[in-house]
Amino acid sequence: MARSLELELAATTKKYGDTIAVNAINHRFAAGSYSCLLGPSGCGKSSTLRMIAGHETVSTGDIVLGGTNITDLPPAKRGTAMMFQSYALFPHLSVVDNVAFSQKMKGVDKAIRQKKALELLELVDMSAYAARMPSQLSGGQQQRVALARALITEPSVLLLDEPLSALDPFLRIKMRLELKRLQRELGISFIHVTHSQDEALALADDIIVMNNGRIEQAGTPRDIFNAPATEFVAKFIGGHNVLGQAGKRVALRADRLLVSKAQDGGSTLLGATVRDVEYLGSTVKLALDAGTTGDLTASLSDEVFFQDPIDIGTAVFLTWKPEDAHPLAA
Amino acid sequence: MTDQTPSLPHAASARAPRTDSGFSLSRLPDAVTGWLLSLPLALVLLFFLVLPIAMIVVVSFWGATEFSIYPAFQFDNYEFLLTSPVTYQVFFNTIKYAVITWAITLVLGFTIAHFLAFHVRTQTWQIVLFLLCTIPFWTSNIIRMISWIPFLGRNGIANSTLISMGVIDEPLEWLLFSDFSVILAFVHLYTLFMVVPIFNTMMRIDKSLIEAAYDNGASGFQTLTNVIIPLAKPGIMIGSIFVVTLVMGDFITVRFMSGSQKANVGRLISNDVALLQYPSAAATAVILLITVLLVISILLRFVDIRKEL
Repeated sequence: MARSLELELAATTKKYGDTIAVNAINHRFAAGSYSCLLGPSGCGKSSTLRMIAGHETVSTGDIVLGGTNITDLPPAKRGTAMMFQSYALFPHLSVVDNVAFSQKMKGVDKAIRQKKALELLELVDMSAYAARMPSQLSGGQQQRVALARALITEPSVLLLDEPLSALDPFLRIKMRLELKRLQRELGISFIHVTHSQDEALALADDIIVMNNGRIEQAGTPRDIFNAPATEFVAKFIGGHNVLGQAGKRVALRADRLLVSKAQDGGSTLLGATVRDVEYLGSTVKLALDAGTTGDLTASLSDEVFFQDPIDIGTAVFLTWKPEDAHPLAA
Repeated sequence: MTDQTPSLPHAASARAPRTDSGFSLSRLPDAVTGWLLSLPLALVLLFFLVLPIAMIVVVSFWGATEFSIYPAFQFDNYEFLLTSPVTYQVFFNTIKYAVITWAITLVLGFTIAHFLAFHVRTQTWQIVLFLLCTIPFWTSNIIRMISWIPFLGRNGIANSTLISMGVIDEPLEWLLFSDFSVILAFVHLYTLFMVVPIFNTMMRIDKSLIEAAYDNGASGFQTLTNVIIPLAKPGIMIGSIFVVTLVMGDFITVRFMSGSQKANVGRLISNDVALLQYPSAAATAVILLITVLLVISILLRFVDIRKEL
């Protein structure tokens, strides 16, 4: 396999006419890391990935991979490989021919390229299906083949465009583990585009949250979830309350909001009414109406909740530790 | 809701036990229903396809004199046809027209369809340009053919333009009433029959396949030969069948555009018919039909259209 290299975006911009899809973003993807580009649709994450892959021209700025400027190189000469959202397997070619496609384009002998393709199929556990046509495979199997086809080019960076979105929830979690395992074993960088915060939190060493063509926040999953930098991140990543405190906006994790029925000595910061109670298994989610502060969510462990259950309509008192309230950038 | 209510009693009766004695299709065995459903189309095909062809085959064995035809079962017509050098010449000519026209319409049709499907970015422009291709079909094909005559004639627009530009000194004789003009007219008439099916299959090619090919290091030409052509094969085959059968069965284009100087099988048949030599015409038609079927079966060898559709 190829060496893992550091990938850097330098003021990379994509414009479609007057619309700016990606607005001068800077980011350094560490060598051998699993990164997730996370954001809602239209935030520019897919355009960013496609620019890295070379399927979209860069309007201004640069993309540098391991010291080489690859901004204007053709897709196959960059050291990147892309796995497409719909997998884009060639329907007229068998699984093994799909995987061997890039070798065929290079003019490698049939015997050699088939052997190589079979090795890659072995890696993704699909060698039993080598002779099948893509239409005879399930979604998850097609994805493995697409993965093998991308990896046969020995990329330094593998680009994955919403790879799990076409799978059913059960398979999604299984493939998620497998992608992570593969990345660890191969030691190359994976850059994974997703709109699912669960996926990003579970997979990534590094999450890049994007919105409106800009990077809102980049950091480890823990940093992002524990201390969102902006209101957008706090809301998008979920599990947070955003509230105004002394004229500033702060983010407060739903599970750090302490709910009690009785006002306990001066530390109460807010009063609220319980509007809804949702039992989620290990946690219980309370929807709270905190008057002028707005709607809040509190997440209690089931143990705590059932020691002293709270009914809908109950007036409750909310407190939190000052260090749990993270101030947000405007 | 309103459109669902009438179906409710029906659905109920389908599930009800079969005790009442009324007649209903759903009570017949499946095989009978199947035959009944296919009957109308079978009748149409029988009367308008099978019977006429059977008639032609029967008549092809009849005898003829200068002034009459009489029922018989003799091989005279076939014997005359298959021993005459004219027949072979005319069949050769027909196949020559078919092959050359096929080759030119294939290159043109594929290029146009490729441009429409992959280079025109918005769907609106794709539709506009596609409709533009069909504009010639708004007039009859006789008119489209005849309009070439003043253009290609000895003192026509093409020759006079070339002379005034100084490209040639005297008019080109081969522009009109030649193989050139016949094939030109065929290409003009039939290219669209190639464009439409190829465009149709190309539009169904997922654009990310092209990107995947580039991602795997394929050049533009390699993408064409390894991805686009294999996936457009059904369209190419359907277009080829259209063009080959249309050209092989044609007689009017050859007559007009060659000034009656060239012949193909269609003209042979039409001449026989004009002379009321129906048995001879029928025999030629049978041979032509067999030839066309052979050509199509060869084409179908290359791609299983049933599988691809």
